[in-house]
Formats: sequence, C-alpha cells, structure tokens
Amino acid sequence: MTLNAFLFQALNGLSSASGLFLIAAGLSLIFGVTRIVNIAHGSLYMLGTYIAYSFATKIGGGLGFWGGIIATAIVVGMLGALIEFLLLRRIYRAPELFQLLATFALVLIINDAALYIWGPEDLLGPRAPGLRGAVEIFGRRLPSYDLFLIFVGPAVLLALYFALARTRFGRLVRAATQDREMVGALGVNQAILFTSVFALGAALAGLGGALQVAREPANLATDLIAIGDAFVVVVVGGMGSIAGAYLAAVIIAEVKALCIGIGVVHFGMFSVNFSKFTLVAEFLVMAVVLIARPYGLLGRPQAAVRSVAEPEDPIRPATPLLKALAAVVLALLLCLPLLAQNSPYLLILGIDVLIAVLFATSLHFIMGPGGMHSFGHSAYFGLGAYGAALLVKWLAAPMGVALIAAPIVALGGALLFGWFAVRLSGVYLAMLTLAFAQIVWAAVFQWEELTGGSNGVIGVWPPPPFDKASVYFLLALVLTVIGVLLLRRFLFAPFGYAMRAGRDSALRAEAIGIDVKRVHWLAFAVAGCVCGVAGGLFAFAKGSISPETISVGRSIDGLVMVLLGGIQTITGPIVGASVFATLQDMVMRQTEYWRALLGAIILFLVLAFPQGIVGAVAQLFGKRRKGQTP
Amino acid sequence: MLSVESLSAWYGAARILFDLNLEVGRGEVVALMGRNGAGKSTTMKAIMGLVARRQGVLRFNGGDISRMKPYEIARRGVGFTPEDRRIFADLTVMENLDVGRQPPRRFADGAPAPAWTPGKLFALFPNLAEMPNRPGGRMSGGEQQMLTVARTLMGNPLLVLLDEPSEGVAPLIVEQMANTIVELKKEGLSVLLSEQNIHFARLVSDRVYVLEKGEIHWQGTMAALDANPDVQTTYLTV
Repeated sequence: MTLNAFLFQALNGLSSASGLFLIAAGLSLIFGVTRIVNIAHGSLYMLGTYIAYSFATKIGGGLGFWGGIIATAIVVGMLGALIEFLLLRRIYRAPELFQLLATFALVLIINDAALYIWGPEDLLGPRAPGLRGAVEIFGRRLPSYDLFLIFVGPAVLLALYFALARTRFGRLVRAATQDREMVGALGVNQAILFTSVFALGAALAGLGGALQVAREPANLATDLIAIGDAFVVVVVGGMGSIAGAYLAAVIIAEVKALCIGIGVVHFGMFSVNFSKFTLVAEFLVMAVVLIARPYGLLGRPQAAVRSVAEPEDPIRPATPLLKALAAVVLALLLCLPLLAQNSPYLLILGIDVLIAVLFATSLHFIMGPGGMHSFGHSAYFGLGAYGAALLVKWLAAPMGVALIAAPIVALGGALLFGWFAVRLSGVYLAMLTLAFAQIVWAAVFQWEELTGGSNGVIGVWPPPPFDKASVYFLLALVLTVIGVLLLRRFLFAPFGYAMRAGRDSALRAEAIGIDVKRVHWLAFAVAGCVCGVAGGLFAFAKGSISPETISVGRSIDGLVMVLLGGIQTITGPIVGASVFATLQDMVMRQTEYWRALLGAIILFLVLAFPQGIVGAVAQLFGKRRKGQTP
Repeated sequence: MLSVESLSAWYGAARILFDLNLEVGRGEVVALMGRNGAGKSTTMKAIMGLVARRQGVLRFNGGDISRMKPYEIARRGVGFTPEDRRIFADLTVMENLDVGRQPPRRFADGAPAPAWTPGKLFALFPNLAEMPNRPGGRMSGGEQQMLTVARTLMGNPLLVLLDEPSEGVAPLIVEQMANTIVELKKEGLSVLLSEQNIHFARLVSDRVYVLEKGEIHWQGTMAALDANPDVQTTYLTV
C-alpha cells in the first residue's frame, strides 16, 4: 500500500469514527448516570436512519434535508424519554442481568416495528444538498459528505464537553455518575435527571443514524451491528468517559479502515486477505484493551454499586418429592419413542428441547452459582457444532468421534476465553464474553475455505441406526441426563461450594484459601465443555450448521431460558429451556413478528416474575408454609 | 421542627432500629450518642429516606415526610451530611457546592431560613476559600468534611443531619466543626448530630438521646448526662 492510499484510508476511518462516536457517547452517558447498559441503543440509531429517510422522502418537504436530520434527533430523543419513563424506571433496582435483558427485548420489538412500518427492503435516502460532490485528496476522490462527517465527531465532542463542564445539568450528570443517591439526598429529582440523560443519549444515537441516511441505506440489520460496534468503542474508551469514546471510536474505525486498505497480502506461499479481518479486528482490539486496562483507556474503576437486593438463598439438594417427579418425567421421556410412533414431529421437538436443556443448564452453571453473566454462550455451542461438523466434512469422521470431539473443541475455547473473562465482572464480563462469541461467529463467517462461510456445513447426518428420530432422541436423552447430573455433581462438591463462595464474596473466599479466579475459570471451562455436547448434538440433529445458528441470538435465547425458569435453582434452567424451546417451535414460528412476541415475553417476565417460573412457584409454596407455622 | 414516632428500619431481613421516638426543636442542637453499631447512622439515613425499608411517622416543619423520597425530603429543608462525606471526587469545590444549590426556604411560620451563598460559606470555612477549583478527590479528610457541610448548607436547610462530624479529622478541624455548629444554631437552624465523643457533644448539644442496639435507652439534657456517670459507662465509654 502506498503512503497516499494509507492516508486516504485513514481519512475514511475518521469519517466512520464520527458515526461510531455519536452512538457510543450516548450509550456511555446513559450508563454513567443510570448504570444501565442500553442494548437498544443500536436500535435507536437504526430508527434514526429510517426516520430521517421518511422525513427526507415523504414528510419533510418544508424541513429540508438538514431540518429533517435535526427533527429526527428530536423524535428519537423523545422516544428515548418515553422508554425511560415507561420501562427503565421500573428496573433501576433490578439485578443487572434483568436490565440487559429488558433492553434486549426492546431491540427485538423495535426491529419488528421497523419491519412493520418500513418493510424488509433496504431504503436509500437522498444525498445531502450542497455535499453531493467529492474532493480530491491524496490522489483519490473522497465524497464531500464524508469530509463533513469527519468534523461532526469532534464538534459533538466539544459541545458535550462544554455542556458537561459548564452547565448545571452537566455538573449534575457528572455528580450522579459518581454517586446518584447522594445527588438525590441533596434535593435533586433523579427521575427527571435520568429521563433527560436518556433522552439526550437517544437523541445522539438518532442523530448518528440520521446522518448515515445520505451515505448508506437504512437496513434492518443495522441495530445489532451498531450496538456491537458501540459496545466495543465504549468498553475500549472506558464506560462513562466521553473523550474515551471518541478516542476509541477513532482507533476502532482506523483499524477497520486499514484492514480493508491492506487487502490481500502475500507471505511467501500464503496469502492473507486482511479485509476479511474487519469483524475480528475490532473485537481483538477490545480484548487486548480489556486485558491490559480492564476499565478502558480513559475509564476508571466503577464504585461498587450499593446492592439493594436481598441475598440469594443457597442452592439445596432436591426434595424427595422433586426427585420422584424427575424420575417420572425421565421414565415418560424414555417411553416417548414408543408413544410417539405416529407423530415424528413430537420426537424432533423432543430433541430440540433436550439440546436446549443442555445448553441452558450449562449456561446456568456459570451464571447462577458462578455469578458470571455470559452474553456469549453461543461461542461454545458453535465450537462444539462446528468442531463436530468439520470433522465429518473434512476427515469423514464417524459420529461417535465427532461427538467426542465437540466438547473437547468447546473446552479448548472455553479455557482460552474463560482465562480472560474471569478477570472481569459485571457488565464488562458480559461484554467481553459477547465479544468472544462475535469473534467465533466472525471467524466462521469469514473463513469460507474451511467453514463454508454463510452457507455453513451441510450433510452432517447421523449414520444408522441413529438416523431414526426415535433412536437419536434416546441418544440425546442419555447425553443430556449425563450432562445435567455431572453439572449437579459439581455444584454439591466442594468445588461448587468454592464457586458460590467466590461469587458471594471474592475477598472472603480468597482469605480462606480459595483461588477464586482459578475456580471460576475451571467452572467456565466445564460449562463450555458441556455446552459443546449440545452443539455437537445440534449439528447431527439438523444435518447442517450455519453461522446464523450460532449468532448472538442464541446466547440471548439461553439467557431467556435461564431467567424464564429462574436462576436460583437447578430445576430452573431445565424447566425454562423446555418451555422456551416448545414455545419457539410451536408458537413463534407461526407469526412473522415472532421477535416482537419474544421481546414482549421477556419484558413481561422481567417485570412480573423477576425470580422466574420455578422461583415464583417456590415463593408461593414458601409463603404458604410460613403462613401455617407462624 | 422534627418529630419522629416509632421509627423502625431494616437492612435486608435484619431489623436495625426498634420504634425510636425523638424530637428536635427549632434552633435546637440534639446529639444522638452511642457506640459503633448502635444505629446512629441508620437513624439519620432512615429520616432522610435512604433506607430501603422503614416504618414510622416522621413530621417535619408542619408536614408529613414519612412516605417521601430523599429528594422531596431534602426539598422540605432537611440537609444530610453523611458520615463517609460522599464528596463528588471528580467535581471541584465550586462544582460540589453548585450540585447542592437549592432555592431559599421558609419556616412553617413564614420566617425565611438563612440563605447561603458560596461567599458566605467561604467566610465560614476559610480553608475552602483557598481551593475553589480543587477536585474533591484531592482534598484532605478535614477539608472534605467542611465541604460536605458547606454543600449541604447550599440547599438552605432548616435542619441539618450531621453524621459523626468529628470522626477521623484532626483536632483543629474538630474544634472548627464545633464552632460551625454553634454558628448554625445562632442562625436559627436545628441540628441533629450523631456522636461517639462526649467531649465534642458537650461543646455543642442542648439535649441527648443515647442509643444502644437500635433502641433509645436514655434521654435528657446535656447537663443531665454530664451528671450521670452510670449512663456514660453503660452506653458510651469503650
């Protein structure tokens, strides 16, 4: 690459950095004050592009292009205020995980709303008046709109900086970022402060999205791409730091631009296409930064949030009644192939449910007793599935070998990723696990020669006699029961006690000689390994595996399953996974808007049953028992 | 000014306060005394609405504040200076004061409460006047203690809840805090302070409540406490 091409690519990076910064700055502001990681921030950005398109093409004759951009920011800001007022206000005291899930539910609902309003087609807006041309720089032509965008980022950065430093609103925002309770005790109405901060953050995302309308088409996939990028930027820059967000936006955008600029490079016999590393590159930057500076480049350790939730009850062995019930269910499942001879669908559903149970139980293992909220459990599912499928594809390995290899591949991945992950906690851990899952996904997606890229691997069918659904069902049942019992055994062994002790008080656990990081690392590895079995089973059950089956959506499904059942018991994820997988198979695929339906279910759960199904049932019985013996 | 009837408070499942009754009159300085863990700070937080679960009837300046949120209680004219000071470390002295700023207030009978400005507060705390642009995180414990009182006064309170003002600061500052409390009393404000140190309490207080395990075990004037060594040895000396 010549120097001129290099510099030109750097300019390109700067213009992308502005968009990244706008969305990341809003996310960071909101997190700083409300302590909520708004996953729906990418959706607000996407809405910005769509609304600006509508303003420019349909409504906005009088407003003009630029008036439409400003109007969009205001509309999205008002929508943000509405979201804060109706939803977030109810969950400020809820556990972190619930807040993440509630905002993810908004992602699903907003995405389907956009599908309903604007349809599935990409919509390309008009070009910006006055900036239609291009400027010759470094021997190439840079669109003048991109040149304009380069200046938008620093301009917004300066405006925000002055607003935060010089106005009372800014001082209140900074004070609340450090100690919101004290700000309230000084007579400041936090509700108004929170709503206005959320509205401001949303307006910034809306502005960022609106400015893209003259550059890229409005597209329904933008929300998750934007939030992924914004996460990386905010985490790299440091949560709550606006200047950090700009710095990180520039770094990430430049790394991506350079990857594209470098293109194919030949190293002797090998040739590497760097433009395929864009997805992996940004997450690698994030992983490196998090390891070197766990709180981001310009961030600082967050003050421990004063916990208002009551401590969790310890996990207890199942009662005899529950054990008897489990035995009955197991016996029924063993007879299912006989009972369901005339309805093969029931067996297929059964296999799906069993895989979901294994997936959810392994996730629960690190989430509940381990206290590590992984947002990237699909990585180990994917490693298991692809590990098995690729062995069949390239080495024609028999199913037995592939199914043994699946957990081993997943174990390797979990050991590697877990080593980094256990060094963090809370939302940072959630984001790092998400980043690792994105790396796995991106590697699978972009490494076409090995994995078949977006087409996936096909023709992974089980050999006879397992090609019959009934036999494969029994295989899945045996493996699932072994997996669940194994995880249970871990929990009631000293290892499990150490794990829970480390979750409840890392400091005290270390003071009595437990190496908390090591215990949690091993727990992470065990969970990943068991999850790999689920992945392997999935590949053979479907006969194929593709990147979309291991995307972030699967990680979220797992979280919903665990929460649906309840995080406090081992029965929880089993019940949750069964209910979720059945619902998904039977109800949700019936409607085009199943994502919104799923989102509504999540919101309902978070608001109505914060302890999950099993938790709610247990509480009901617990209350009754207390009532009888006063 | 403030009347508290059968106040109870809980942290999680643990009950900390048991049916406290106490009064603070207008222009009166009242000390809550007791050893570590007796429930002094929790009483203050419960009055301020900062405890997740509390019960009881709280009346202030002629109104019922039992069900109010902390910001509403503050706006009624209750100022709170926490024991751990909770200075905004990233904000300068002036900015910390600005966060505390509230409109002027009146007593129930219509008399105006003293209104504070940074200038007036700098006269009261000359040390702060020397460092208006220093970030809160780079101040000594004593300076932070002054700032937290000054920040509360910016809200023009009628009653100040002072949690352990003499704790962990140099003797010179302790003396200055005592002078400050006397000064506030002269301005017509009421003060409820929590204190372990009887020497400090003696300098400023009119009346005393003695707490132990979340219950009030003794109450009376400061002079009566001084004359009662039994109460002192049972509940106060370490």
